[in-house]
Amino acid sequence: MLNMKDIMETITMIQNEHLDIRTITMGISLMDCADSDINRSCEKIHRKIYRLAKDLVKTGEDIEKKYGIPIVNKRISVTPVSLLAAASGGDPVTYAKTLDHVAKEVGVNFIGGYSALVHKGFAAGDKELIESIPRALAETDFVCSSVNVGSTKAGINMDAVKIMGTVVKETAERTRKRQCIGAAKLVVFCNAPEDNPFMAGAFHGIGEPDCVINVGVSGPGVVRSALSKMPKDASLSEVADLIKKTAFKITRMGQLVGAEASAKLGVPFGIIDLSLAPTPAIGDSVAYILEEIGLEQCGTHGTTAALAMLNDAVKKGGIMASSNVGGLSGAFIPVSEDAGMIEAAKAGTLSIEKLEAMTAVCSVGLDMIVLPGETPAETISAIIADEAAIGMVNSKTTAVRVIPAIGYREGEILDFGGLLGSGPIMKVNQKSPAVMINRGGKIPAPMQSLKN
Amino acid sequence: MKAVITVIGKDMVGILAKVSTACADANANVSEVTQSVLDAYFAMIMLVDIDQMGCSLEELKESIQAAVPSMTVHVMHEDIFNSMHRI
Repeated sequence: MLNMKDIMETITMIQNEHLDIRTITMGISLMDCADSDINRSCEKIHRKIYRLAKDLVKTGEDIEKKYGIPIVNKRISVTPVSLLAAASGGDPVTYAKTLDHVAKEVGVNFIGGYSALVHKGFAAGDKELIESIPRALAETDFVCSSVNVGSTKAGINMDAVKIMGTVVKETAERTRKRQCIGAAKLVVFCNAPEDNPFMAGAFHGIGEPDCVINVGVSGPGVVRSALSKMPKDASLSEVADLIKKTAFKITRMGQLVGAEASAKLGVPFGIIDLSLAPTPAIGDSVAYILEEIGLEQCGTHGTTAALAMLNDAVKKGGIMASSNVGGLSGAFIPVSEDAGMIEAAKAGTLSIEKLEAMTAVCSVGLDMIVLPGETPAETISAIIADEAAIGMVNSKTTAVRVIPAIGYREGEILDFGGLLGSGPIMKVNQKSPAVMINRGGKIPAPMQSLKN
Repeated sequence: MKAVITVIGKDMVGILAKVSTACADANANVSEVTQSVLDAYFAMIMLVDIDQMGCSLEELKESIQAAVPSMTVHVMHEDIFNSMHRI
C-alpha cells in the first residue's frame, strides 16, 4: 500500500529538487543506409530515422503527463558517420546536414553520432570526417560530434590527438559569433561507451542492435537535499549509504519510464544511465553535493575523495535498481552547467589541474571548461592527451569538452544561456607542450598487471 | 489501475468537495483519501480508480486545477510511486 510519506517524497523530489528524466535517447543503426552514392545514402538515412523516431517526442510527452515527471530532452544517436563516409566518399558535411534536417523534422533536441573511432588508427573516411567537424558544427544546429582517440586495449593515437587540438580550436573560431557554441557540441573520448544517452558524446555503437531506447536519469538536487537533512557528524559510511538509497529510487523511476517508452515505441529497451548531471538551476549542482558532504568549497583538498565516494555510491544504488545499467553512470562535472562549480572557478578554488584529478574518479572528464581564446592548439591537444591517459591507465571513460573562448581572456565570463550555462575563463598553464604533441605516433597500450 | 492525486496549498472551504466533483465528472472512482491541515496548510492525497475514467490523466489534472486554481495539484499514475518505493 502506498503511504503518504512516500508520495510526498516523490512529489518534493520532482517539484523542489529538480528530479527529472534528463533524456530519452533513441539509438539508430545506419549501417544498412550505407551506399556508394552519398546522396542516396543521405536519402536512406533520412527515411530510416524519420520512420523510427517520428513518434519519439510525442511518446516522451505522453509519459511525462502520465507520471507527472519532466522528461527534459528527447534525442537521437546514430552509427558513427565516418563508417558511412567511408562507403560513399564525398563531403561528410552532407551527412551532418541530413541529420540536422531530420532532427528538426521529428522535433528532437540533439542528434549525436557525427563521430569517428580512431583509437588505433585512421581508416577510410575517418580523417575526412574529423577535418570536416568544424564546418559541420558551424553549419548545423542540432548535430553533436565525438571522436574516440584512445582506449585501454589500444593505447592513445597521438596523431589524432594532435589533429583534435586544431579541430576544437577551429570549431570555436567558426562559431565565435554564437559564443563558440560549436566546441560545446564536440567531445574527445578515451574508452567511449557505445550506449551513452547523454550529449554531446552520444553515438550508436556498432555492437548495438538496429534500434534501441536508452534513458538518462539525473537528480543532483535530490541527493544534495537528502544529505542536507543528515547531521553533520554522521560518518561517511552513513553518507555513502544515503547516496546509494537515493540513487536507487531515482534509477527505479528511470527504469519505469524506459520500459514504458520502449513498449510504446515497439523498440527494445537498451540501458538506463544514472548520472548526476547538473544544470545551472539553483540547487541542481554536483558541487553543492560535495560541499554538503563537508567541503567549504568544491575544488579544495578532499574534493577528489568526496567525489570518488559519490560516484561509486551512485553506481551501486543504480545497479541494484535496474538490471540494465550502462552508459556513463556516475557523476558529471561540467563546469559551466553547475552553479557551484562556476562559483568555485570564479573564486579560484577550482582549477583545471584539480578538475583533472577529479576526472580520475568520476564518470566522465574535463567537461564544459572555458579556456582563454589565445590558448594554442598544441596546449588543447596536450589537455586531451593528459585526460586520455587517465582513462587509458584506469580502464575508464574519460572525455574532453573544452571551449576556447575566442576573443576572451582569463577571468572573463562566456555565457551560453540555457542548459549549457555560463563559464568563467579558466587559467591555463603557459608553458608549451608543442614538441611532444608534434612528435605524433602512438602511446602504447598500458600494462594490465603489476599495477602500482 | 489507480492514479494518485495530491492537492497542496492554503486551506479554504470546499477543497475536498471541488476535487471529488471533478473526479466524479471524469468517472474516476475515489478509493481512498488522506488529508491533513497543518498550520493552515492543506495537504490531501487521493487514490482514484482510473479503469472506467472517461478522460486522460492530463485532462483530469486540468479540470481539478481549474476547480481549485490556488492549490498545487499533481495527478500521477500510481506506478511511479510503486517503482520508487517498493523493491
